[in-house]
Amino acid sequence: MKQLSTKVTSNGHGQDSSYFLGWEEYEKNPYDEIKNPNGMIQMGLAENQLCFDLIESWLAKNQDAASLKRNGQSIFRELALFQDYHGMPEFKKAMAEFMEEIRGNRVTFDPKKIVLAAGSTSANETLMFCLAEPGDAFLLPTPYYPGFDRDLKWRTGAEIVPIHCSSSNGFQITESALQQAYQQAHKLDLKVKGVLVTNPSNPLGTALTRRELNLLVDFITSKNIHLISDEIYSGTMFGFEQFISVMDVLKDKKLENTEVSKRVHIVYSLSKDLGLPGFRVGAIYSNDEMIVSAATKMSSFGLVSSQTQYLLSALLSDKKFTSQYLEENQKRLRSRQKRLVSGLESSGITCLRSNAGLFCWVDMRHLLDTNTFEAELDLWKKIVYNVKLNISPGSSCHCTEPGWFRVCFANMSEDTLDMALERLKTFVESTDCGRMISRKSHERLKSLRKKTVSNWVFRVSWSDRVPDER
Amino acid sequence: MGTLSKKATCNTHGQDSSYFLGWEEYEKNPYDEFKNPDGIIQMGLAENQLSFDLIESWLAKNPEAANFEREGQSIFRELALFQDYHGLPSFKNAMADFMSENRGNRVCFDPRKLVLTAGATSANETLMFCLADPGDAFLLPTPYYPGFDRDLKWRTGVEIVPIQCTSANGFRITKSALEEAYKQALKLNLKVKGVLITNPSNPLGTTITRTELNRLLDFVSRKNLHLISDEIYSGTVFTSPSFISVMEVLKEKKLENSDVSKRVHIVYSLSKDLGLPGFRVGVIYSNDIVVSAATKMSSFGLISSQTQYLLSALLSDKNFTKNYLKENQTRLKNRHNKLVSGLEDVGIECLRSNAGLFCWVDMRHLLSSNTFEAEIELWKKIVYEVKLNVSPGSSCHCNEPGWFRVCFANMSEETLNVALNRLKMFIDGPSSTTRSQSEHQRLKSLRKMRVSNWVFRLSFQDREPEER
Repeated sequence: MKQLSTKVTSNGHGQDSSYFLGWEEYEKNPYDEIKNPNGMIQMGLAENQLCFDLIESWLAKNQDAASLKRNGQSIFRELALFQDYHGMPEFKKAMAEFMEEIRGNRVTFDPKKIVLAAGSTSANETLMFCLAEPGDAFLLPTPYYPGFDRDLKWRTGAEIVPIHCSSSNGFQITESALQQAYQQAHKLDLKVKGVLVTNPSNPLGTALTRRELNLLVDFITSKNIHLISDEIYSGTMFGFEQFISVMDVLKDKKLENTEVSKRVHIVYSLSKDLGLPGFRVGAIYSNDEMIVSAATKMSSFGLVSSQTQYLLSALLSDKKFTSQYLEENQKRLRSRQKRLVSGLESSGITCLRSNAGLFCWVDMRHLLDTNTFEAELDLWKKIVYNVKLNISPGSSCHCTEPGWFRVCFANMSEDTLDMALERLKTFVESTDCGRMISRKSHERLKSLRKKTVSNWVFRVSWSDRVPDER
Repeated sequence: MGTLSKKATCNTHGQDSSYFLGWEEYEKNPYDEFKNPDGIIQMGLAENQLSFDLIESWLAKNPEAANFEREGQSIFRELALFQDYHGLPSFKNAMADFMSENRGNRVCFDPRKLVLTAGATSANETLMFCLADPGDAFLLPTPYYPGFDRDLKWRTGVEIVPIQCTSANGFRITKSALEEAYKQALKLNLKVKGVLITNPSNPLGTTITRTELNRLLDFVSRKNLHLISDEIYSGTVFTSPSFISVMEVLKEKKLENSDVSKRVHIVYSLSKDLGLPGFRVGVIYSNDIVVSAATKMSSFGLISSQTQYLLSALLSDKNFTKNYLKENQTRLKNRHNKLVSGLEDVGIECLRSNAGLFCWVDMRHLLSSNTFEAEIELWKKIVYEVKLNVSPGSSCHCNEPGWFRVCFANMSEETLNVALNRLKMFIDGPSSTTRSQSEHQRLKSLRKMRVSNWVFRLSFQDREPEER
């Protein structure tokens, strides 16, 4: 239809990527332990289904929150009418405190600097509208969440220029990669407005190191641009290190209340940490009053339901709950990740060593026919249609190296995970090279393990080294 | 800071208009029957607070809906994870049925053509993104809801060109006004993509006549444009003539599967009929292509699954919806009549209305001069001296000074009485007796005129469309 906008007639929603096509295949033939045991197991959905029991038990003990009551009195009218885009004060306060708690109370968040949005999808798009003109660019480290192609670019007209990261250094962000991305943007005649990182990373499952964060802050300072840190997975950090937020780094470098701190913005959401994607709760945190003011008005286009704000302000205000939840959530994620990692290892498959997230970044390069993206897609199709596992191919995340896949572990039961690992093992061993690979893999694995430890040590110790290309 | 976008630094959010400034004054000094009896009474907020008891009593009898339960089983997990932008099927079914019920089941809505959005604010913006490119224009009859300046234009880059309507014919949309607006857009070098109407109208409180709807369909048909009908107030029609949706007219003209029907889109919401603006429930109803694009765009403003579930239970209860719609309309009618007669007592007329949560009040005779400056002066007096927040017509882009939108459904009856008393004291003032008498005379002749206007409006359905 000629009369529709170019946004509609072009493909900017990015919905044709394999990321979404795998989902469609799953929808046609979804696994069910009893009803469809041969169906496809969904491992492409980064959901956190491990801790619902904790929330359900809280709800059972705190019935007022869902029943729209306060101290036994109905506050239905008050909630029904509450559409103030400044958000419910108790809720913003509870969100600010929860964000502080996740960061070990090392930094403080001011509720007045929070803007609520209908999910981080809305928060990210709104930030783009506030920071970029159509045709401006943001630099994003690869691999990145496929949804960003839609969320950041589609209706805003902003562009994404990748900061290429590679397996040679555990996909860490380097200074030269940053500079190269910046130059590439210039070549394309795009004005760079900022950098957007996801920390912890999706799809890598790793938290940014202090060194990378320092690098980023220095970079945006020297270029006078913005830094958006999407910390949606901050509460899924299960490694033994602490999560370092960009706010920690600003504080450590004594940059709070400076010009550069006004160009650092955080995005958060309850969709991953609390496993509540259906409730549409996102937030922007900014030190720039003008951004907070503009984003607040823009939030009219995606406010959080007052019914939901009320429920969650009660939940998050309960510090006993939040403290117990965060600890237990991390424990369960750690144990689930270990299960996936060791299961993969017994099939000769390694993962990038991860310490956060709801997925592993899996190395299947050795299973490719050739070192190409065509081969990656071939392998992916085999895994989807033959092994009946929906996983996300690295190319859908804009990875520059073929052979990496994102595999989720927190959106299914333990039994289902075991079943998936069985299927994979069978597949790997049954392929012609598979039998050879299994043995080779075992050897390779032993030496890889040595190497992974080195990489890990490499990564962790970076904080003490001088930043330079790796 | 040079590093922010123009959208963030400019004024197109329209938040500086008097519409919002009145609210700010109210926030500083809000009326409270006991705690602040001299405070400002809010009459600028089109909320429906008249029928909460009906919903509260339903909630008390149906606790499962709010408690994440279905037939005694917890469905918390299912809801917590449900983020499918196609929306909860039971909710879309219930919404489609409710919309059909609102139109006397004279038309039938297909749930598959519904897109759920976080309020009509989000629905309208999304439709703009789908139908128009930056620099394109939509034609809107004046006066119109001030929020459209932000919702339709701000982030989309779309322009609004007014279709000028005047009191000469009860602010009806005429063919020549439509043509005039179209020409004006061309003069401004803007490509017109469509027409957007609010039916029933905000701020007029009137339903659009069948004649106007026919006129609009002919116009968009000839010019190959879209027609968006924001029917957010469709459930607030409290007296005749009954509500006629553009969908009905399409059906009557046997245009249901035609090209033009693919360019007709409806926007709806539960914020006014059910009084639930806090729950952020809006919809777009359209054809396949727009539904597909708008569905993806709805990712940026999905309705909380917690809320979808609660409302699907509420709206699926046909006993509830039938009783609610009827009772809501009765209460709105009574409240409307109270405001109208209270205003009449002080010689103030309203546009005769049959819907909405407000009246379109004629205070032209109180202006010191027939100018918008005089209107703002009067408005300031009303806000600061009479302590009533009402919305001046200029904030709604009315092209005649002296009209005000006054809300009646967002307060108790007692508060409305207080407001009317204050107005009486302001109008009657010191020389109350003489003024009262001349007002009474004036009122009698105005009533005659008003009846004529009303008859005029009603009988239009039988006449040939032509400028009035």
